[in-house]
Amino acid sequence: MNQDELLRQLYDFTLVGNAPEVLSLTNQGLAMGLGPEMLLYEALIPSLEEVGARFERGDFFVPEMLIAGRAMAGALEVLRPLLAETGAEPIGKIVMGTVKGDVHDIGKNLVNIMFEGAGFEVIDLGVQVSPEKFIDAIKEHKPDIVGFSAFLTTTMPMFKANINALQKAGMREQVIIMVGGAPVTQEYADVVGADGYASDASAAVVRAKELLSQRRALARA
Amino acid sequence: MIACGALGGHIREIAARRGWAIELHCLPSLLHNHPERIAPAAEQLARDLQGRGLRVALGYADCGSYGALDSLCERLGIRRLPGLHCYDVLAGPGRLRAMFEAEPGTYLLTDFLVRSFRRSVLAELGLEEYPELWPDYFGHYRRLVWLAQSRDAPLDAEAAAIAAMFGLPLTVIDTGTGGLERELELLVGPMPPPLEHLTGSSPPPTAPDGLVTRRHP
Repeated sequence: MNQDELLRQLYDFTLVGNAPEVLSLTNQGLAMGLGPEMLLYEALIPSLEEVGARFERGDFFVPEMLIAGRAMAGALEVLRPLLAETGAEPIGKIVMGTVKGDVHDIGKNLVNIMFEGAGFEVIDLGVQVSPEKFIDAIKEHKPDIVGFSAFLTTTMPMFKANINALQKAGMREQVIIMVGGAPVTQEYADVVGADGYASDASAAVVRAKELLSQRRALARA
Repeated sequence: MIACGALGGHIREIAARRGWAIELHCLPSLLHNHPERIAPAAEQLARDLQGRGLRVALGYADCGSYGALDSLCERLGIRRLPGLHCYDVLAGPGRLRAMFEAEPGTYLLTDFLVRSFRRSVLAELGLEEYPELWPDYFGHYRRLVWLAQSRDAPLDAEAAAIAAMFGLPLTVIDTGTGGLERELELLVGPMPPPLEHLTGSSPPPTAPDGLVTRRHP
């Protein structure tokens, strides 16, 4: 199998969520001398983006998204240490969590994979994350971005509670705040005072890069 | 009445017992797995029914439409069941709130869900094909609560089997359908008079006699 065939197969098997094949092809690619960035950016990420596009079109549903995400996560386990060895700095650091009172994390986990694939360092705090835990994590990890996820209309108000807690702790301006989840809209994000919102995992990465670039440009000015 | 298929059986029983003259149109309960499709499906049907001169009500709570059903109600001048989900109607919003405050990792069942769990949950979430996804979907739940409308031995056995799949304790709360009946009564009762009515235009059309049930694919 040549390089192009391997990348095409890696793309195809990620698309259908065949985790054993994705892992095997990732290892084969590395053995052939392909760089971890090439496997990531020329096969895995484009494939997951296609999964997202198919989901948007209604061709894929949640199971297909999840199974593809799991396949990609398996490959990332292998690639992560190799990417670190290359000395490439992450393009940004993000602390993520599902808000207090909410145990839903399917969307958040997909966003995490997309962020990691895009070169971010992701610190996932899990589900039911209290404002205090977010604050502690921000103090400890000093992220560029903090992401709040909520699946329930009843837990969305925790966005505002988290932001208030950050303000009270004098940390609001230290981080970019992004929010997301099924019931969340741009309007709601604006109302609670978040810096960014995206309706899906791919868009979240694009928006995060925009916000980060604006923040860094401001810092330089 | 345009209703979720999950409530259709209860609504039919209540309407028949109370002698309400309603025409019941059930949309597939599986729309809940694609809640963005509920409002468009309900709207098409509601417009058809209004075109026939019928007064329309929605046997839906918000049901994950995140306000789309409220917008529809506003546009067409119709009403829906209160609350976020039918669980609110069946168990009461206060009781439900307390339940989730006590344990956010609560997975709710109704009689309908117990009966259809394998089809409407396991199959629809792809768990028959990808059983490895179980922790992705359910890994954070800590207990099951069955809001029971009308228990019997087969349903009890099925609920116990579902709890065994989760490996979690099962709490049964006998809600009956009283809450649903009270809310339906408000829906089928007189509409608040519109301004035009007060100023002398013709009253809203009345529903035909007799209970009719139709299912929509």
